[in-house]
Amino acid sequence: MASQITMTLNGSLIRKDFPIFERVIRGDMRLIYLDSGATSQKPNSVIEAEANFYRRNNAAVHRGAHQLAEEATDAYESARFIVADFLGGDVDEIIFTKSATESLNLLAYSFGNADSGNRFHLKAGDRIVVSEMEHHANLVPWQELAKRTGAELAWFSLNEFGRLDLSNIESVITVDTKVVALTHQSNVLGTINPLEAIVARAHDVGAVVVLDACQSVPHMKVDVEKLGVDFLAFSGHKSVGPTGVGVLWGRGELLDELPPFLFGGSMIESVTMAHSTWAAVPRKFEAGVPNMAQVVGLGAALNYLTTIGLDKIHDHEIALTSRLLEGFEENKDVQIFGPRGLDMRGGIVSFAVKDIHPHDMGQFLDSQGIAVRTGHHCAWPLTRKLGVNATTRASFYLYNDETDVDALIAGVANAQEYFGSR
Amino acid sequence: MQLDSLYQEVILDHYKRPEHKGLSEKSDVQVHHVNPNCGDEITLNLSLRDHLIDISWDGVGCSISMASASVMSSLLSGKTLEEAGPILDSFVSLMQSKGTQTGDEEVLEDALAFSGVSKYPARIKCALLGWMAFKDASVQIQGR
Ligand SMILES: Cc1ncc(COP(=O)(O)O)c(C=O)c1O
Repeated sequence: MASQITMTLNGSLIRKDFPIFERVIRGDMRLIYLDSGATSQKPNSVIEAEANFYRRNNAAVHRGAHQLAEEATDAYESARFIVADFLGGDVDEIIFTKSATESLNLLAYSFGNADSGNRFHLKAGDRIVVSEMEHHANLVPWQELAKRTGAELAWFSLNEFGRLDLSNIESVITVDTKVVALTHQSNVLGTINPLEAIVARAHDVGAVVVLDACQSVPHMKVDVEKLGVDFLAFSGHKSVGPTGVGVLWGRGELLDELPPFLFGGSMIESVTMAHSTWAAVPRKFEAGVPNMAQVVGLGAALNYLTTIGLDKIHDHEIALTSRLLEGFEENKDVQIFGPRGLDMRGGIVSFAVKDIHPHDMGQFLDSQGIAVRTGHHCAWPLTRKLGVNATTRASFYLYNDETDVDALIAGVANAQEYFGSR
Repeated sequence: MQLDSLYQEVILDHYKRPEHKGLSEKSDVQVHHVNPNCGDEITLNLSLRDHLIDISWDGVGCSISMASASVMSSLLSGKTLEEAGPILDSFVSLMQSKGTQTGDEEVLEDALAFSGVSKYPARIKCALLGWMAFKDASVQIQGR
């Protein structure tokens, strides 16, 4: 019962850290932001950290012989320690990219660059495994890698409860499988995928496991050692951090063997006119002057989340989800996609309302100050599987509270009246 | 309510009772358009009978995209391609006007109801879905 779950965080107090909540929407509406699955809002500490880097420390990292370059490098590398601590990985295993999308493409392209003899080399007869609930960012790069290498793409299906069907795990992850790329939490259904059996089977057949942790790392405690995966990607901007920064974590010995993807400055060890060799990990994967201010901002973001507490954030989102699911249960025209229980799910709820297209629902809610996402959420195969063209999605974060949930429940009812009574 | 400028009566009527919906068995050309942002889809059949436009369509999408396809097909059916061109141009221009144009009722008739859409940038593509499908089909039919 939702009413018996107490909120672990005070959303309205937390909103005071986020200046965007001072503004109003569509005239004079309070901003009810239920679209953190797309991108999160930013606290002052992150905005300040990013701005202060430009104000005080800006210089090209790892390059200049001057004080600013030292300070910039220090700020940049400190963020790497923060990320490593946050994920439970080693500091040299943290690679900064521009986004999770780039992290996943980095992997797919690097695998594609591996010569025969390298453990990441793919060829006809090999298999890449994904799932039906992947975001396009963790599907399309693998489709393309399969096409380039002749490997076969296979996938786990979804069952009627919005969970992966793992009953055929051994026939999906065959002995020929080299890569298993999977989302940790679905950005559409909220489903959190159980990894233990998948990781075990993948490792049994010598495959690596790539985890798209975009929707989990910002919302719950994620420890790469405990999960046992081999690579993990997430985006700064969904974790109260800046846009333009993402992370790829990989096991050190795997990153050592993995060929680079982007070539250029900073990623080399030595260069002659005809030939180059690569710097050690992580620099091998960070070509060019990186997004320094954004990396520094990401450090501040993860510190902010750690101070609040990831377990508390997850519990808080579950309490909000519970309240929403219960509220929707009383509305017979609302159909929920994804798990109905609270076990192994996060704070994302996708739904459809009878006779109201999601786009119209989103527009109506917007007129009430409520920001939701509508469409296929960059997971078109999943949306098709659900038998719809689009859904409406509410996604929660630490700054939401019960009043936001109640506003959404009321907003949906108001929309039914608006479109139904005319 | 500000929203009423978007969801005008005409639009909701066409959404609930779309015209020319249901694909004809035969057609001179058939096109299929999708809005990759939201997944809305339309299939449009276009034929010319004694130079007069005959449209039928089917699709799934929001009220704006479906109503717009309905209004477009009833407005353009029975006209010649030469007559349809300026109407199409006028509608596209209205949609891209960011709310600065009111549109010519003589030309646009019921399609004028979509003038409010131009103030909602995310919905312009919805309103144009059917019209762009028609444009594509008319180019193809002229190329034959
Ligand atoms: C599950 C999932 N994977 C990948 C991505 C891609 O993240 P980004 O667009 O920040 O690269 C997203 C974000 O939309 C996501 O939700």
